[in-house]
Amino acid sequence: MKAPRSLAIPYAVWVLIFTVVPLALVIGFAFSDTDGKITLENIFAMSDYMAVLFRSILFAIAATVICLVIAFPAAYIISRANAINRSTLVVLLMVPMWINFLLRTYAWMTLLEQNGVINRLLGLIDLGPYQLINNSGAVILGMVYNYLPFMILPLYSVMVKIDQSIIEAAQDLGSNKIRLVRKVLLPLSMPGISTGVIAVFVPSVSTFIISRMLGGGTNDLIGDIIEMQFSGNSYNPHLGSAMALVLMIIVLFMMSLFNQFGSEEDVQL
Amino acid sequence: MKRIFALISAAALALSLCGCAGSQVSDEIDRDAVLEEFGLDPELFSDYDYSRLKDEDITLNVANWGEYMSINDDESVDVNEAFEALTGITVNYKTVASNETLYSKLLSGGATYDIVIPSDYMISKMIKEGMLQKLDFDNIPNLAKIMPSFLNPQYDPDNEYSVPYLWGMVCIIYNTTMIDGEITSWASLWDEKYAGNILMFNNPRDAFGIAQAYLGYSLNTESKAELDRCAALLKEQKEIVQGYVMDEIFDKLEGGSAAIGPYYVGDAVTMCDDNPDLDYIIPAEGTNWFVDAVCIPTTAENKEAAEMYINFLCEAEIALANCDYVGYSTPNAAAYELLDDEVKSDEKRYPSDEFLAENTEVFINLSDETNAYMQELWTQLKVDNSNVWFVPLFLVCLIAATVFVNVRRALKKKRDSY
Repeated sequence: MKAPRSLAIPYAVWVLIFTVVPLALVIGFAFSDTDGKITLENIFAMSDYMAVLFRSILFAIAATVICLVIAFPAAYIISRANAINRSTLVVLLMVPMWINFLLRTYAWMTLLEQNGVINRLLGLIDLGPYQLINNSGAVILGMVYNYLPFMILPLYSVMVKIDQSIIEAAQDLGSNKIRLVRKVLLPLSMPGISTGVIAVFVPSVSTFIISRMLGGGTNDLIGDIIEMQFSGNSYNPHLGSAMALVLMIIVLFMMSLFNQFGSEEDVQL
Repeated sequence: MKRIFALISAAALALSLCGCAGSQVSDEIDRDAVLEEFGLDPELFSDYDYSRLKDEDITLNVANWGEYMSINDDESVDVNEAFEALTGITVNYKTVASNETLYSKLLSGGATYDIVIPSDYMISKMIKEGMLQKLDFDNIPNLAKIMPSFLNPQYDPDNEYSVPYLWGMVCIIYNTTMIDGEITSWASLWDEKYAGNILMFNNPRDAFGIAQAYLGYSLNTESKAELDRCAALLKEQKEIVQGYVMDEIFDKLEGGSAAIGPYYVGDAVTMCDDNPDLDYIIPAEGTNWFVDAVCIPTTAENKEAAEMYINFLCEAEIALANCDYVGYSTPNAAAYELLDDEVKSDEKRYPSDEFLAENTEVFINLSDETNAYMQELWTQLKVDNSNVWFVPLFLVCLIAATVFVNVRRALKKKRDSY
């Protein structure tokens, strides 16, 4: 039975009001100046911020790769556990997400500070104190910690559907572990990987609060610079919109590249 | 279904009855009884007619900084509840993060406030842009309680738009166990001895203000050359700064994670209370003196109620409760008289008028051009990265990925063609 088209109207209206119109506003602001004249100046001004833009992208890529490396085995272990353990593990994974994002990041500040929990524990065995906060490592750590569940959950939901008999068949036919992962698990979990990568990469590349709290204001990312255009000393929504637009285009480009890479792996069962 | 409907209508009826009963009680607001209930002395309150708007069902939208008014604290009078009980007006209290956020909220029309409490430089900017309305001081007789030195300030020269709320100065806070010797000057924030233990403001106006005070420039300079010199100084400092912070400074200094940093005197008092190792000084070169004042935006819907609220904030005991709670200094002479002698004689919290005139300067609004230039310098300072490899490295990765995808595709095509 085909659903009547009219059912889609609320969603269409929703998308129109909350996605299309804001996007049009961003584009409008990006290509105009304070007098309302059309200009490319804001886009050209972006060249000053290319270094910070690329740094944000590199940080986000690093966070995404680390998340993937951690999430892949974790999701596999959860998906192969028996039903009761499986739901317990998923709940355990979700529990930290019930705590407010800011609080979780704040907790990392307490842990990583020069006088923080980790350095004090290390001090007990005469180590340190180490500089753990206010550097790029801390920012990436914050991204990995906050967005890891977004990688594990889609991977898990795909992996849990992989039939155990397929894995056994591969092993019966003499596949070693590496080959099993490369030729069977990886291709079959590709849809989960691409969802997970997008779910981690996109919020990481535009975050500003993680870099402010864990980077100590010395590791600003593009998100901080965009935020500064709106709530900083000089209110400049035009430059801010231009930055957001350029960021969006680069992210779109990277996603399409990644999806092409992924589609090659698609295996017809 | 019917039963549920009946239940709902019964509940609605009961509610409306309660509502009527409630409003009947509020017909007679017993001023003295209400004040005593909140632990306030009716003798110290002015004879102002606070109950005249009680039947108009007004909701007053108030925007203030976080932790900047005595509310929700068991040990201190809840200012908003007292106002509601006294006037029958409902207060809808919201907090905003910064002057700039407030400005963009008012500008974009995203929020309607009847009361805002911006800082000096933002007030002059808002006046200039016609975002504030003139106050009717017939409705605010308590203006007489404000110290004369706070009237007709630079940011509102004819005192038409604002009534001072709280004020303070920027000081240096330091941990006496981590710093040897005496701190007297802004130079300590550039002292390599403390490398990695220095905190700095994470907003351009305050950060540049410190560089300007250190170099002896006006805090309101419009000279690009002077701003460039300040930017160079801040860049020099970046090498030894642990972090650029705003309210995170509380945790970092109180926890001993950093040794020294600039912040506002009122907050310094709070920090020193929490950690006795901390102390604070006003640097010899002079500093920024800031005033936050109550204003009414042009978009306000309840001007008279807002003026009543302003008058209420100027009542001696209310102003006292607020300055006690916040820790900042009060410009209200009547409230000042009620303070402990120890606080009154504290030169860092209540310096003499001569000291203020000689050693401090208030921020006023800069021209759009200077603001934009300062923002640009600040952004450059923050994003400056000596690692020039990011861009080429990234491009190489991107090209490698593209080549990889295409080669793979070509190989696959070849394989499939067999």
